[in-house]
Amino acid sequence: MKYRHIKKWILLAGIVLSAVASHFSGAINSYYLQIVIFIGINITLAVSLNLINGYTGQFSLGHAGFMAIGAYVSAYLSTEHSTAFFKTFGTNFFSIDLLFIGVLIAGGFVASIAGLIVGVPSLRLKGDYLAIVTLGFGEIIRVLIQNTDAVGGPRGYSGIASYTTLFWTYSVAAITIYVVVSLVDSTYGRGFLTVRDDEVAAEAVGINTTRYKVTAFVLGAFFAGVAGGLYAHSTTYINPSGFDFQRSIEIVIMVILGGMGSTAGVTFAAILLTLLLEYLRFVSGYEWLPEIVRRIAQNRVIIYSLVLIALMLLRPQGLFGRLPRRGIPVGGMAASRRTKLPAASA
Amino acid sequence: MDDRRFLDYAPLRMTGTEFLQQLINGLSLGAFYALIALGYTMVYGVLRFINFAHGDVFMIGAFCGYYLSPRLLPHFAGWMTPLGPISVLVLTMLICALLGIAIEKIAYRPLRSRPKLTVLITAIGVSLFLEYGGQFAFGADPKSFPELMPDRALEGTGALTITTTQLAAYIVTISLLVALTFIVKRTRLGMAMRALSNNATAAALMGVNIDTVVSFTFGLGSALAGAGGILFALSYPSIDPLMGLLPGIKAFVAAVLGGIGNIPGAAVGGIVLGVVETFVGGSAFSTYRDAIAFALLIIILLFRPTGIFGRAQIEKV
Repeated sequence: MKYRHIKKWILLAGIVLSAVASHFSGAINSYYLQIVIFIGINITLAVSLNLINGYTGQFSLGHAGFMAIGAYVSAYLSTEHSTAFFKTFGTNFFSIDLLFIGVLIAGGFVASIAGLIVGVPSLRLKGDYLAIVTLGFGEIIRVLIQNTDAVGGPRGYSGIASYTTLFWTYSVAAITIYVVVSLVDSTYGRGFLTVRDDEVAAEAVGINTTRYKVTAFVLGAFFAGVAGGLYAHSTTYINPSGFDFQRSIEIVIMVILGGMGSTAGVTFAAILLTLLLEYLRFVSGYEWLPEIVRRIAQNRVIIYSLVLIALMLLRPQGLFGRLPRRGIPVGGMAASRRTKLPAASA
Repeated sequence: MDDRRFLDYAPLRMTGTEFLQQLINGLSLGAFYALIALGYTMVYGVLRFINFAHGDVFMIGAFCGYYLSPRLLPHFAGWMTPLGPISVLVLTMLICALLGIAIEKIAYRPLRSRPKLTVLITAIGVSLFLEYGGQFAFGADPKSFPELMPDRALEGTGALTITTTQLAAYIVTISLLVALTFIVKRTRLGMAMRALSNNATAAALMGVNIDTVVSFTFGLGSALAGAGGILFALSYPSIDPLMGLLPGIKAFVAAVLGGIGNIPGAAVGGIVLGVVETFVGGSAFSTYRDAIAFALLIIILLFRPTGIFGRAQIEKV
């Protein structure tokens, strides 16, 4: 309990720092600025997914779907309805911010409704099945967007106003971290961990596992939706294939690399991976490197896949994760006991 | 555009011939799904986990066919001509079987006593590796699959069109299904497989060598996926390294539809999915075709998670 107030200070410091940084953002090279904004968005995505995958143990592969909903809803609102809005409130600095907050929250809200819809099957499914269903939901969302002409369908949606600043990105990231950490640390939030560690035991002691799972999905989806809104207003152009399975995997890798259930680790991994992937762009241009290295550097997914396999074989708890005490494995004691096969003799 | 709309709504007034034609097309699509779904279901049966990389073994099968045919086919001329495609098929199945066994040995076996989630993540990693490693090795651009056999419509079928490749798909699928049933029901290894899926610990205590049986299962499933890859490429002759992703996921849906772990169920589930998809593809909702499988999956898992043939298992503490 020594650190009881540290979360609030981190939140405050994050918001103040992002405001200060945002003030000077005009001096930063726009390419670097874009990367720094992507880092913030990825932190939000990874920390929110960590609530579902890491703390609650419900392996979701559809986070890009929630992000897509947030991106499209907020982009649609801010593009198609901004004229009416500005007519009412006037076009000034304050009204733009008000509009942006409004569309971000609206995007997050619609995404959280989708989270509710996805959360419901999670009540009956676990492990691999849940992973595939969430993957399916993500793909369904993408197909639906592709078939919606109002937002450009497969051509994508362009002409979105560029509202995202360092301040918004990192404030959202700080709030996400604050909410997730405070929630999981609270008495109520311990329930998330029990659902992950042993669902049957949790139910036996009277924990409403259903409610925890749905809460995790709804909250996680909300923040993913807000992150999607930030993304849309940062790139000013979005298209459905930008929110495919590969995008979800990218977020999952951040969570796994950082360590499922470790917010600090996941934040670190989001920063590390975003920088690493940008750096690879340069590597593929270095003439002195052998051709094969450059070609691998161009194909980032090969690197993802190798990172995933190597991590699982060598350090399944991720960089910062801790193996639960008393030898309880990550997937929960019950999970391992029920599925254990005699160990391989090789 | 307008008359297209009109035609799209026609399924409501579909003639008998149209219906039969769609059914025939759907059955051949279903045959591919069935071949892939069998691998999912067998691996799930013995190890209780979903081998995400299975759809990519299917892709490797298609590429084996692509690289093998120009080297093998010229050796078969005259009366031996039909043996050419068969040798390509057999060799592909062999290569895919070895690949499946290797994947299991390298990536899954060291994790066997670890939590399920760890293995699932590894499987996703292997799948991505095969897809993008394939892009690296074969190139990302689609390649046109060679014609292993003359593709033409059969005669004497009236208004219906059945192509030779469809016929080949039916014949190969049915013979592989018969062979598989024989292996699973009548051989010692098949019996060991069934024992393992029934109760792994008891099977091990009775002297079943688990590693061998698991390797065998992966080999068998991957060989079927390889055959599916070749047949698929015959009908849709444009192949690329990401081609396994969607059929793979859909075949998984088929396996769940039939009741995962259940071998006849996987075959039936594949055929049902293929037929449903073809009918949807021919209707006004054709752009939603790829979402159908997922919608179907979610519906089954919500209302009948054990699938058509599966039996419910009560989870004990």
